[in-house]
Amino acid sequence: MRLLAVRDVSKVFANGVKALEDASLEIEAGEFLSVLGPSGCGKSTLLRLIAGLETPSAGSIEWQQGRPDLGFVFQEPTLMPWTTALGNVALPLKLAGMARSEREARAAEALGHVGLAGFERSYPRELSGGMKMRVSIARALVTAPKLLLMDEPFAALDEITRRRLNTDLLELWQRTRFTAVFVTHSVFESVFLSQRIAVMSPRPGRVLSEIAIPAAYPRAESFGTSAEYAALCRTTSARLAEAMAAA
Amino acid sequence: MSARFVAPILMGLAMLGLWEAIVRSAAIPPYILPGPILVAKTLVTDWSTLWPALVVTMQITLEALLAAVVVGVLLAVLFSLSRWVELSLFPYAIILQVTPIVAIAPLIIAWVDDVHVSLLICAWLVAFFPILSNTVLGLRSVDRNLLDLFGLYGAGRWRTLVDLRLPAALPYFLGGLRISGGLALIGAVVAEFVAGSGGRESGLAWRILESGYQLKIPRMFAALVLISLAGIAIYLLLSLLSHLLLRRWHESAMAGE
Repeated sequence: MRLLAVRDVSKVFANGVKALEDASLEIEAGEFLSVLGPSGCGKSTLLRLIAGLETPSAGSIEWQQGRPDLGFVFQEPTLMPWTTALGNVALPLKLAGMARSEREARAAEALGHVGLAGFERSYPRELSGGMKMRVSIARALVTAPKLLLMDEPFAALDEITRRRLNTDLLELWQRTRFTAVFVTHSVFESVFLSQRIAVMSPRPGRVLSEIAIPAAYPRAESFGTSAEYAALCRTTSARLAEAMAAA
Repeated sequence: MSARFVAPILMGLAMLGLWEAIVRSAAIPPYILPGPILVAKTLVTDWSTLWPALVVTMQITLEALLAAVVVGVLLAVLFSLSRWVELSLFPYAIILQVTPIVAIAPLIIAWVDDVHVSLLICAWLVAFFPILSNTVLGLRSVDRNLLDLFGLYGAGRWRTLVDLRLPAALPYFLGGLRISGGLALIGAVVAEFVAGSGGRESGLAWRILESGYQLKIPRMFAALVLISLAGIAIYLLLSLLSHLLLRRWHESAMAGE
């Protein structure tokens, strides 16, 4: 079942920068989709349009059943430094008006899901970069959203931490089957995670082609060293190069 | 004890010793320059006049600081909620700030019957601007992504103010508060000078003036010492407050770790 369709969306900012031009994309409910493209190609803008943080200059975003609850993970952890991990994760529930004891119980549970049980009372400054990102993901998932939008969430992390977070993210996705839209500029990351990759052109961004990644789930960390993965990366790289050459 | 404490204390003692030695060896009369030992003695013997004066000055200072916090923060919040209010009022706040308090104090003292209130207004005028401008800066220095996040979850202006803008502005506000604490004391002292006799309530500034007229220079020095000590105490207290409020999360409070 389709969740939403982005139809011929263009976005021109007030300063004249044309971020997107006639971008079209359909997203299925429950799928894991990566949006792959070079830096500055409007990937983030596309994500922000879907989230409703920006409005399109032209074109439309059509929701099959209205915009569902959604979670958003930024490139930076974007935590409030004055409150604990628990306080940060509980924020969406607090803003929804949930009572303190209930929201703290749910936030603690969400922290447990991202492997941070025991860190409820830690302040962001006491956590490592990877742990902060986990808090950020827990915050996005605490409302049990239908759609999780992620804007290069692991780009600032080291390779080892990134791999751990990738496998953990897939596990979370398989458990609850939210729709995941993951923006990245890494072929390897997008192949590892997704069922489908939408390749975007340099600015002004358009969706150039869509690549299916047929590898089965669950994909454990060992998937990243398999021959299947290497072959998929090779074909995806080739498709990306083709698309860029044609653009 | 680290060199951080020992070095300035030794330096201070050396300077006091030098001062005492010069006064004694050159036989400088106390009405020109009293030695530190005489000043200390005067502080004790004249305590019954100096203490009530200190209380008066401190009372004005603290009341002015409190008023500066209330008005400064309220105005800053108002500015952050409405661009129009900010555009129309901020220039006048700056004018108030740049006009020397000595120049307007006589007017205020002439207009306001109650001396205490007029002194309070003068001290408040000097003290409120750093709180206002720092808090405005802090309320604006909010992470854009966090603002988006609050928007995403449907937080209104009020919730965003209480849960995001105010906590984000806290370190800036506390920085302004530390500056304003010292300024409130300066404002109170300057206003007392301009007002001259404080009537039934005479602050430290009046004691300094009076001692000057009566050539009681040691008492003048003793009053001066009290003003300095009061200023240092205010600064230390506000620094402590700042440390206690920020130590869990803000970089500025973690230098020692």
